[in-house]
Amino acid sequence: MTDTLLAVRNLRVTYPGDDGDVRAVRNVSFTLGRERLGIVGESGSGKSTTGRAIIGLVSHPGRIEADELRLGDTDLRGLSERGFRKLRGQRIAMVLQDPNYSLDPVMSVGQQIAETHRTHLRSTTRDARRAALEMLQAVHIRDPERVYTMYPHQVSGGMGQRVMIAMMLIAGPDILIADEPTSALDVTVQTQVLAIIDDLVRSRGMGLILISHNLHLVSSFCDRVLVMYAGQVVETCVAGNLSEAKHPYTRGLLAALPQLGNRRAELPQLQRDPAWMADLA
Amino acid sequence: MITLDDVTITYGIGPRALVAVRDLTLAVPEGEAVGLVGESGSGKTTVLRAVAGLVPYATGQITLAGRRVDRRRTTAQRKMAQMVFQDPYGSLHPNQTVDQILAMPVAIHRLDRGEARIAQVLAEVGLGAEHRYRYPHQLSGGQRQRVAIARALILEPRILLLDEPTSALDVSVQAEILNLLSRLRRDHGLTMLMVSHDLAVIAHLCERIGVMSRGQLLEITTATAMANNQVTHDYTRELLRSNAGFDRSSVSSGELDVAAG
Repeated sequence: MTDTLLAVRNLRVTYPGDDGDVRAVRNVSFTLGRERLGIVGESGSGKSTTGRAIIGLVSHPGRIEADELRLGDTDLRGLSERGFRKLRGQRIAMVLQDPNYSLDPVMSVGQQIAETHRTHLRSTTRDARRAALEMLQAVHIRDPERVYTMYPHQVSGGMGQRVMIAMMLIAGPDILIADEPTSALDVTVQTQVLAIIDDLVRSRGMGLILISHNLHLVSSFCDRVLVMYAGQVVETCVAGNLSEAKHPYTRGLLAALPQLGNRRAELPQLQRDPAWMADLA
Repeated sequence: MITLDDVTITYGIGPRALVAVRDLTLAVPEGEAVGLVGESGSGKTTVLRAVAGLVPYATGQITLAGRRVDRRRTTAQRKMAQMVFQDPYGSLHPNQTVDQILAMPVAIHRLDRGEARIAQVLAEVGLGAEHRYRYPHQLSGGQRQRVAIARALILEPRILLLDEPTSALDVSVQAEILNLLSRLRRDHGLTMLMVSHDLAVIAHLCERIGVMSRGQLLEITTATAMANNQVTHDYTRELLRSNAGFDRSSVSSGELDVAAG
């Protein structure tokens, strides 16, 4: 953790609403090194919004404010859309939940991967094609030449997500933000896709932010976990020790999960304490 | 209560017909809860839809309470087996209030005391009178799923068919809905057939679990056997491993390779 890829201090995302501002993200602070950081929380906890704020995808009228939001030596605060466009893909990339919605349906998947390469590295068509084929191979697609020419509707969900990963990593970003990258996939395919992300992130020395609602997945995959509730980070812990989490919200969530081999007549239901809503910082 | 005997379900006809479920035999005795797990495309939801009478089956026999049923059913047969769908956002009419949604099955089945029934079933699923005249978009995901359960329950069915009833919900809401389902099962002596991709959810509610893959029932095992890893099929083992979380060592690099489909 000597070199910090991303530093976030007191990140706030606010949406104006009819009854005053909605504070979707409240004073979130963390740093990311060459590690795998997990963000867990339920829907509406602000975990995805945090990810989108980092990559500059909070659209008007949402407002992003932070005391510090730094990607390497670049200050992301107040960066223009043009500035962000340069960073996205090359320095920081994002994989979303459903490949069916994130891929262009009328362009072959190979061309989409090559386009990223051409745009960011200003390469020739031939070089981009070669790089795209190599990248398809890196995500363990056995017949890259054939997949290159396929359209998104012709590939399965698991393969679509591999294509997304290939596209996101081809320009060699330092940070990958994966927002529920495997929730739309079958469990057995899930493990394969995660293994690919894991291998690539490690071998390229990247930082990974994995956003998920799945506590088991995050605790078994990541190094460190941030637990978010109502827009705030309520707890940070070493992923392997998530079962020893201290915050009552985290404990409540863990208890509410049904467990194989520990059948309880009744699952303990999460009792939400209004005190958790109070501003922490 | 529910028996499926060598049931084969196909979509389409002729040489291009797709066999979704092949030679499936399964029995659910009265009061028991049986779960089906498997990947998407394994045919688990199709089984449920056939039991509910939403899709016809090609060969074999399905019986409910000892009587053979087909897609054409009597009102009484329809009343007996009710289904709860995965997505409460999609399965409730957006332009109808909870009251209208619940009044519809009462009217169709010509039940008496509609008013009283609606009030009673709402209380039973943990919704108050204040929710009765709201539209689905004014309710949270968990509340909507409660409405969907109430709609099934209002007909006093003996069989509840559950298609991924909690997979669209947050963990804390999932626990509430699972508790509600266990309580309803106990109070009404309901027979349940449930489909999910989440082994832990299935094992929580069901005594016996059937594992499906590519339209076939690979094995039927118990929740206890699953927890102790006493399973016979490699596929079930893989499912167990994946459910336990991410373990890089469980996948070799060779396994990662996929060919173009």
